[in-house]
Parts: sequence; C-alpha cells; structure tokens
Amino acid sequence: MLLEVKNLKAEVAGVQILKGVDLTVRAGEVHAIMGINGSGKSTFSKVLAGHPDYTVTGGTALFEGKNLFDLEPEERARAGLFMAFQYPVEIPGVSNSALLRLAYNTLQNERGLEELDPLEFDDLVQEKIKVVEMDPSFLSRSVNEGFSGGEKKRNEILQMAVLEPKLAILDETDSGLDIDALRIVANGVNSLLTADNAVVMVTHYQRLLNYIVPDYVHVMDGGRIVRTGGKELALELEARGYDWLRAAA
Amino acid sequence: MNQAKQQCFEQLLLGKTVNSKGWLNDVRVAALARAQALSFPSERHDDWRFTDLSPLFQHSFQPVGSFARLSLGDIEQFLVAGAIRLVFLDGCFASELSDLTRAERGVTVAPLADRLGDKWVETNFGRQAPYQQDAFVALNTNFFEDGAFVHVSSEVAVPIHILHIATKRDTPSAVYPRCLMVMEPNSRAAVIEDYAGHSNDMGDGVYFSNAVTEVVLKDHAQLQHVRVQREEKNSFHIGHCSVSAAKGSVYTSTSLAFGARVSRHSLHITQQGKGAEMHLNGLALVAGRQIADTHTQIDHAAPRGKSVQLHKCIADGSAHAIFSGKIIVHTGATGTDSTQSSRNLLLSGKARIDTQPQLEIFNDDVSCKHGATVGQIDADALFFLKSRGLTEERARNLLTHAFAAEIIDKIPAPALVASLNRTILDERMSGVRS
Repeated sequence: MLLEVKNLKAEVAGVQILKGVDLTVRAGEVHAIMGINGSGKSTFSKVLAGHPDYTVTGGTALFEGKNLFDLEPEERARAGLFMAFQYPVEIPGVSNSALLRLAYNTLQNERGLEELDPLEFDDLVQEKIKVVEMDPSFLSRSVNEGFSGGEKKRNEILQMAVLEPKLAILDETDSGLDIDALRIVANGVNSLLTADNAVVMVTHYQRLLNYIVPDYVHVMDGGRIVRTGGKELALELEARGYDWLRAAA
Repeated sequence: MNQAKQQCFEQLLLGKTVNSKGWLNDVRVAALARAQALSFPSERHDDWRFTDLSPLFQHSFQPVGSFARLSLGDIEQFLVAGAIRLVFLDGCFASELSDLTRAERGVTVAPLADRLGDKWVETNFGRQAPYQQDAFVALNTNFFEDGAFVHVSSEVAVPIHILHIATKRDTPSAVYPRCLMVMEPNSRAAVIEDYAGHSNDMGDGVYFSNAVTEVVLKDHAQLQHVRVQREEKNSFHIGHCSVSAAKGSVYTSTSLAFGARVSRHSLHITQQGKGAEMHLNGLALVAGRQIADTHTQIDHAAPRGKSVQLHKCIADGSAHAIFSGKIIVHTGATGTDSTQSSRNLLLSGKARIDTQPQLEIFNDDVSCKHGATVGQIDADALFFLKSRGLTEERARNLLTHAFAAEIIDKIPAPALVASLNRTILDERMSGVRS
C-alpha cells in the first residue's frame, strides 16, 4: 500500500476544512480527486505535502506504512512523495538547473547513491526536459521567474521527472493551461507512470482526464470524499455537474 | 568618554612610529595631531549613533612586531586566478606572495612605500581621505606602514587584486592597510580590494584592521572597484574610501561585508566633473553577534551626474546591519539623475537592520528616486524547496544566497564570484546562527 488515509481532518486558520477523508492508493494506480472550489481537494494535497499553514486535527495517513505526519515536508519528499503546486512559486536568483540538481542529489544521498556533478547532471536533465518539451534555455533561468502559466506547470512536471517520486499529487496542474500545454503536461505525466508509482490528480475539470486516464475518480465535497467510481464517473460529472452528488451527500 | 574607550584609543596612539621624509612626514605629523584631538567618535555623533563600537574598546591593540610567514598554499583560498596580485600581511608587503608579471605597459601596481618619491603619490596622497575630520582616517594616515599604489594610464585587461591578510597572533594587533589609486584620462581597470583573515590555531583572532583607500578618476576614466571584507569573526574592521570622479568618468563599486565582529565601511564619492556616472552595489551579510555598518555619501557637485545605488543587508542570529546612504545634489549639479534602493532581509527575530536613505537636494532640475524595503524569507518559497527534499537550513541558505547573488554577480571576476557563492551556500550561514 502506497498511501492509506483514514478519517483525515484538518484545519487552516482555525477553520475546519477536511472533515474525515479516506483514500487508499496502490502502486500502479491513477486517481483523480474532483470537486467544486472550496470542497477541500487542494487542502487535502497541501496537508499530505506538509504545508505549514494547515493543521491536522484527526485521522491518519500512512505512506508505505510510515506515519506521514511524523515527517517534515523534506522528509516526505525524500520518502518519495511529490506535490506539483497549483501556483508554482518564482524564486529569483536560484537557477532552475541548480535547484533540480540540489534536489536530485539530496535524494541520491537519501538512497545511498552517488551525487552527480554539474556535467553529469546536465546529461540527465537534458533527457528529462524532453518529457515536457521544454526549451533547454529554461534550465539556466531563475526558477519560474517570468515563466508563463503553462511553462510553470511544465516546470513542475520536469521536477517530477527528475525526482521520480513514488507518489505524485498534481494539484490543479491543468488549471490555466491551454489545450497544447495540457497535452504536453499530460503526455509528460503518462510517460512517467510505471507499475511502481502512482499519481493523484486533483482537478476541477474532466478534460485532464481525457489525457491521463484514471483508474479511480473520487468526488470531494464539504471536506469528505462523497463518491468513488471509475473513469465514467468523471464523464457523468461533466454531463450532470456536481449538484446531484452534493444533494445526495 | 568612558575609561575603556579612552584607554583603547590611547593605546592605539602608542602605535609604532613610522619615520618618513619630506612631505609624507608632514602629513603624518598633521594626522597624528588630528587623531589626538578627535579621539573615537561619540555615540551621539549622528554618523555613529547606530554603531556600537563598545566591543572594540574591550581590547588593547598592539602594533604588529614580527611578521608571520605564509606560503602561497596557505592563502590559496583567497587567490583570484589570472589577476595582478599584490599581497600584504598585517599591512606589510609580501613580495613572495605577490605576482606582478601580468602588469603591462600603462599600469603600475606597486607597494606604496616604494613609490613615495613618485609625483603621482605626492600630489594625491592624503588629498581625498578626510584625516582632518575622521579619527580612524587620521590614525591610518599616521600609522600606515605600507599599502598599494595603482596607477593606470591604459586599459588593463586583467583584474588587479590587492589582498590584505591579517594573521592571527597572541595579542590583539592593529593594522593599517592603505591604498591609493590614480586612474589617468580614458584609462580602464578593475581593482579588487580584499580584506581577509588567515586562520590558524594561534590566539583568538582579535585584531583591528583600519583601512583607508583613496581613488582619483580623471576625465573619462573607468574603474570597477570591488571591495571584499572577509575578516576573522573576532576582528574589527573600519574602512574608509574616498573617490574623486572627474568629467565623464565611470566609477562602479561593488562592496561586500561578510566578516568581523564589528565592521564599518564609509564610501564617499565626489562628482567633480560633469557627466560622471557612479554605480554603487553593496551587500552586508552578517550573523551571530556581528555588526556591519555601511555609510555611503555621494556628492553630486557638477552637472548631469548619474548615480545608481543598490544596497542589501542580510542579518541572521542577533546580528545588526546598518546602512546609511546620503546623496547630496549641490546647487550647480543640474540634470542630476540619481536612484537609490535599500533592500533588506531579516533572517531571525533577534536580528536588526537600520536603513537610512538621506537625500539633500539644492536645485530643482534633478531626478532623484529612493526606496527601502525590509523583508523575511518567503514562506511559500521555503515550503516549495522543502517539498523538493531540501532541509530547512539548505532551503534558507539557497534563498539567502539568491538574495545576495544579485550583488555578488556584479563582481567582474568570475573565479571570485564562484568562490564567494560557494562560501555562502556551503559554509557562511551554517553554524553561525545563534
């Protein structure tokens, strides 16, 4: 079992957002969590990644059997958890390639493997960058500085490609993408999927799921997962909206 | 004046008498008299009220008696590849560590003591630095033993590295580095003044480095002037630099303060001729109990001058960084274009930064902009980096370095940029936070 979340409750600034979330993710699976704005789906991603603004008030989350909430954000990353940010931050003065190498070598250390020097790493990253069809000139630029919305999202997937996480949570990675960028991002994610890793997509819209086909679709509402189904559930949501589920919940 | 302060100053006045002949002897005598009259600045003095010098007064500084022997291997970490190099140990010229082979026609780089008969030295020495008003400048002017003389009348392709190294010794010592640069019309050069401490196991590294630099830029001369202060953690560094900028000259200063328990750098530029340009980049990066004070003053005294200034302070631990930037636009300085920006990063709740932009404008035909900001490490960026596996400390170092890099990257010597960047990323901020 990669991830096992039970009855997770969390709040931000004293407001309860998650009110008992259950989710199980196994290696090789693709999950989609859908829901309207304010349903708690983004909060759920941030809580799993360890964002300091969110406080866990109940429930458990096990990542490969380890209590996720015992780990600092960087320890979660080193354990193989990755979150692609909904709003990637710009970091002037830190080059994309320097960050990628630093992060990669941190993981290499964690795994007891050799660090790569800048030349060796460049060989690796030149391969990885093809996954997101990004121009190599982006590597020498400051992290996300002056990137378009689509370029920022592709940069997140580039980080995923370099770090090869066991579980990637994509927090609204499709928002703000035009159809070409969406296709590139989706192709990138698909090419990284193996039998040993898993992806959880958090999204408002069904269209991403046309490109990355989920095994499970979960609908979140009011801080809980109120419905789980196969990929056809997403199509039903697209056709009927969310209201029928909210009424049922 | 309290007793420790007075005793400290009197002890400094007992420094080693350096005998000179002729004009220099007259200057030394005048400077000593001014030092005696001025003594240490009062804490009520407007230019010193933020700067707590009391840690300096706890020591009794002796003149340097014997000279340490260092090999090139000992100072390898400070060397700038490809540069013309002049090395001083505790204020005295070390010919065996210096390398003047790259000095071609049109450039003189030499120990000042060897050039006292040079008319360029006689006509410029002591003319810029205000030993009449400043006790530290007066002490240096009286007690300096040697220093660097740089005279450029052409375009120098390689940087000139003036490396002052203080060696650790048993008793606290006072050293007086001195530098005179004369840039002839249309000349160009890059000079790196570098103040470093050499670590070994002797003593606790307490010394007082009191440095004075004078720069003369003649018409259309261009100087890239880098200053790196990376003294030992327990040392004291008080530096003063006076610059005179003639018509059409371009002066670019990049000044970094990393070291010393207490440091102060005063930079005073006077735009003497029309159309001179001044670019000032400053960075103070301090932690622990360090105090770093930067005072700059730009006098626009001629028309159509331009000055662009960016100063950054980063303070961690319970450190204190001070920036005071005065820009004076005199009545005749019409068409002056001046911008000043002070940007500051506080890394801990106990650190303190004082920033004081001061504009004094005495005519209407000017464009002057200035601004100051103080911020902290961006929490979103910190979380992002941690979520990519970086430790808190690593992430903070990276973000701190990113803030500092904008200044460091302006140094026109890639090897020095790389080594300073490495120092900050790997060592500077680790273990000194308190």
